[in-house]
Amino acid sequence: MSLITTLARLEAVRAEAAQPAATVRHRHLSDRPLVFVPLITAGEAGAPLGALVGTDRHAPRLLVVPQPRDRDLRFTFLAELADVVLPYVEACAESVEAAERTETDPETGKRVKVEVDLCSDAAQLIVPSRAGVDFVRLLGRSMRFRRTAEQDPQTPHPAPPRVPLLGRWLTHYGERARVPGSSLLLAMTDLLGRHWATGQSTLEDQHLGALLAWIAPAEEGLTGAQAARRAELARDAEGQLLCPPAGPATDPAFDNRLLAPAIERYDRARTALAAAEDGLEADDRLGALTAAEREIRALVESRTRPTWESVWRGLDLLRELPAGAHADDRWTRDRWSFTSHRDRVLAGEPPQPRRDDAVTAANKLATREREQARLEAQEALDDPLVMAGRRLAGEAFAGEVVDVVMEYSESRRPSPRPLVTVRTDDRPHLGERARVYRSLGGRPQAAEYAGPGAEADTLVLRIMDKMGRGREPEAGSVPEKGDLVCFTLFEHEQRGGAKLPDPEETPWTHGGPPGEAAAVPEAADAQTEEDVL
Amino acid sequence: MDKASLASALGSPSVFGQSQFAFMRGNAFEARVKADGGAELLRLVHEKLDGRAAEPVGAEVPDLSASGPEGRAARTSLALREATRTPGTWTLLDHPMLALEVAGSPAFLEPDAVVVHPDGSWTVVEIKSFPMLDGAADPAKVGAAARQAAVYVLALERVAAHLDPAPRVRHRVLLVCPKDFSNLPTASAVDVRKQRAVTDRQLARLTRIEDIADELPDGVCFSPELPTEELTEAVESVPAAYAPECLSACELAFHCRARSREAGAVTRLGRPVRAELGGLSTVEEVLAAARGEAGDPDDPAVAALRRAAGLRAEALAMAGVGGGGVAGCR
Repeated sequence: MSLITTLARLEAVRAEAAQPAATVRHRHLSDRPLVFVPLITAGEAGAPLGALVGTDRHAPRLLVVPQPRDRDLRFTFLAELADVVLPYVEACAESVEAAERTETDPETGKRVKVEVDLCSDAAQLIVPSRAGVDFVRLLGRSMRFRRTAEQDPQTPHPAPPRVPLLGRWLTHYGERARVPGSSLLLAMTDLLGRHWATGQSTLEDQHLGALLAWIAPAEEGLTGAQAARRAELARDAEGQLLCPPAGPATDPAFDNRLLAPAIERYDRARTALAAAEDGLEADDRLGALTAAEREIRALVESRTRPTWESVWRGLDLLRELPAGAHADDRWTRDRWSFTSHRDRVLAGEPPQPRRDDAVTAANKLATREREQARLEAQEALDDPLVMAGRRLAGEAFAGEVVDVVMEYSESRRPSPRPLVTVRTDDRPHLGERARVYRSLGGRPQAAEYAGPGAEADTLVLRIMDKMGRGREPEAGSVPEKGDLVCFTLFEHEQRGGAKLPDPEETPWTHGGPPGEAAAVPEAADAQTEEDVL
Repeated sequence: MDKASLASALGSPSVFGQSQFAFMRGNAFEARVKADGGAELLRLVHEKLDGRAAEPVGAEVPDLSASGPEGRAARTSLALREATRTPGTWTLLDHPMLALEVAGSPAFLEPDAVVVHPDGSWTVVEIKSFPMLDGAADPAKVGAAARQAAVYVLALERVAAHLDPAPRVRHRVLLVCPKDFSNLPTASAVDVRKQRAVTDRQLARLTRIEDIADELPDGVCFSPELPTEELTEAVESVPAAYAPECLSACELAFHCRARSREAGAVTRLGRPVRAELGGLSTVEEVLAAARGEAGDPDDPAVAALRRAAGLRAEALAMAGVGGGGVAGCR
């Protein structure tokens, strides 16, 4: 956390209300995101209890597993989830636009441009908290190796038809969420925490209700700090939290006092129904079972609905911020990622393996590093508040041009190399002939540090490029006296790293080529009587 | 002392509680791992830690029941001694009781299991109900389990020191978890040398309870039946250094957080925040220094704060008028 953010937090403490930590929105928000608020059963490592899911704020779909230990009920839940999520994903996957991509021609080895499809929009998934992102990954992992009856008629517990496909998509989303700056799968707590600084620790910011209360208290007459405390701790007469945790884990008091008795009633009603001896009795007992199920549904809805509303309120708040100029650029990368996964599914490739091979893993790591650097540079360029942090750290400086002297390079065809003197109060860490960059019409222009200026607080830069081909620089390409300029010590655009070998040429140091073992599709998980997912 | 009821009496009840679902599942899994005289558990110990030893068939499972924790601890020491003196056999101690001196007073610990190998060495076994997915478990949870096991290793070493020759307490413990989404056990050896060393050092540095008690005014009492103000005053007499990490570990954390807020301490935003601000420890001090109303301008922390405040104000003002100028750096 930079000193500027720390200061914002301290101001928030005094004001008892959140302070801005960004002046623009740094993440793309879809017009029609899919919000997913899941709940799990405690101790069962991801056994779903229920969820609210949908793209319509006023009409979410409630999915409930009345007995989380029952495999058939879990499969019903997953099948229903697939019915909501897959049509949304597929609607995006079907609408494409033409785009160009550079590929290496396999025969000539040359880089050529090929025309490919790019999905014109990607499906965006929003969960309440970081734990929700982990749960999406877990759901994906649990589903993608399942076998349907069609794939394997021998399987003892066939999964509903579309469940493995949903698993592959959720795996892709969970994996993409690890790429810095990506917006395919977002956690609301991360989004809000990126744009506002609260007067509490980042640990406490993980509580969506409290975080939102700092930013926009829902109750009249309470300050952000008071509302946050209330959201965190206040309980009703029965000892239940007024603001249920955003999940996916539930509050133990809810489990013990409300949920457990309701599940027990459901179990009893089910046993009684199974033991019914004639139709009339069965009708009665079916009624009791339905009532018990309805009770659990009501309980799950009561714990997910507040979070659902919170997520949408968070989206409202974020939409009030103007979009950052580069957020769209990163969203385009997300669309490429979405399209490439769509293509893999269409091509009939097998689900993502349990463990990545060496080349895939190295590629993923390189991507994350590159995107991290890109994100840091782009956020600074989009947002003066982020740039202020970089200036404080000595990684950028802003100031006024006080003098421009024209000079030329010493080659046969001299090119302009003007010397620009800048007055700045910032203290950049500039080495001799260090490269600095400024944004010129969206493209980076490089300059070289030529030494301190004659007056105090000035420094001299030699502009190196983007001045055209002629002897005289193009109009507007060289700063003029009186201009306000801002240079960064970091590069604005990220170069890709060295190309990695094909998987077939993995060096022995990294396990060698995958060989024949990798060609065999991965087996489904062994199933036992007591599975949780 | 029952800190949970103390916290309730102070008006900041703790939020800890275990869901009965988690509790039931944890117990069911442990019972499954230890079924059939611990056959499955010993198989895992043999496979992961001691592959060269003989197959664990017909292991001893001594009865450790006794009255009171002292009795059980004594019974455990006896069983460990006997097991160590019969080389060539495997012994499983189910829920032994160990005593460890913490800050001058004994604390009783109950590991899930301790295994005595045929060569006489001892291994701590920790059974957890979080899953090991494709061979990897949640690092935070594994870390917590390793710290817990390290304390057991230390306590076992104290027991071993009383034997002659002292048997070896293995520094690789066995962590047993459910495999993937099933209830089948799988295990992994976890090296706890580092956690052991850290805990050992912390235990040696802990202020002895008598010393803390000596500092207290005479007649101070922490009974939850006392009126809230009196109780608050009593608790105040024991110094506490609240940081956000306390929230996940201590029943009194919400009380300490409220006190920390009243005192305006900056540590409640996180320990790193405190470290960044040099000698300034309260919110008002920091903000006054940032505004230039207080503090020594030659103090590097104060100078950095003023620069930060200036840059932040400049950036917000620029954004307020809709960017332009240096704003977007364009």
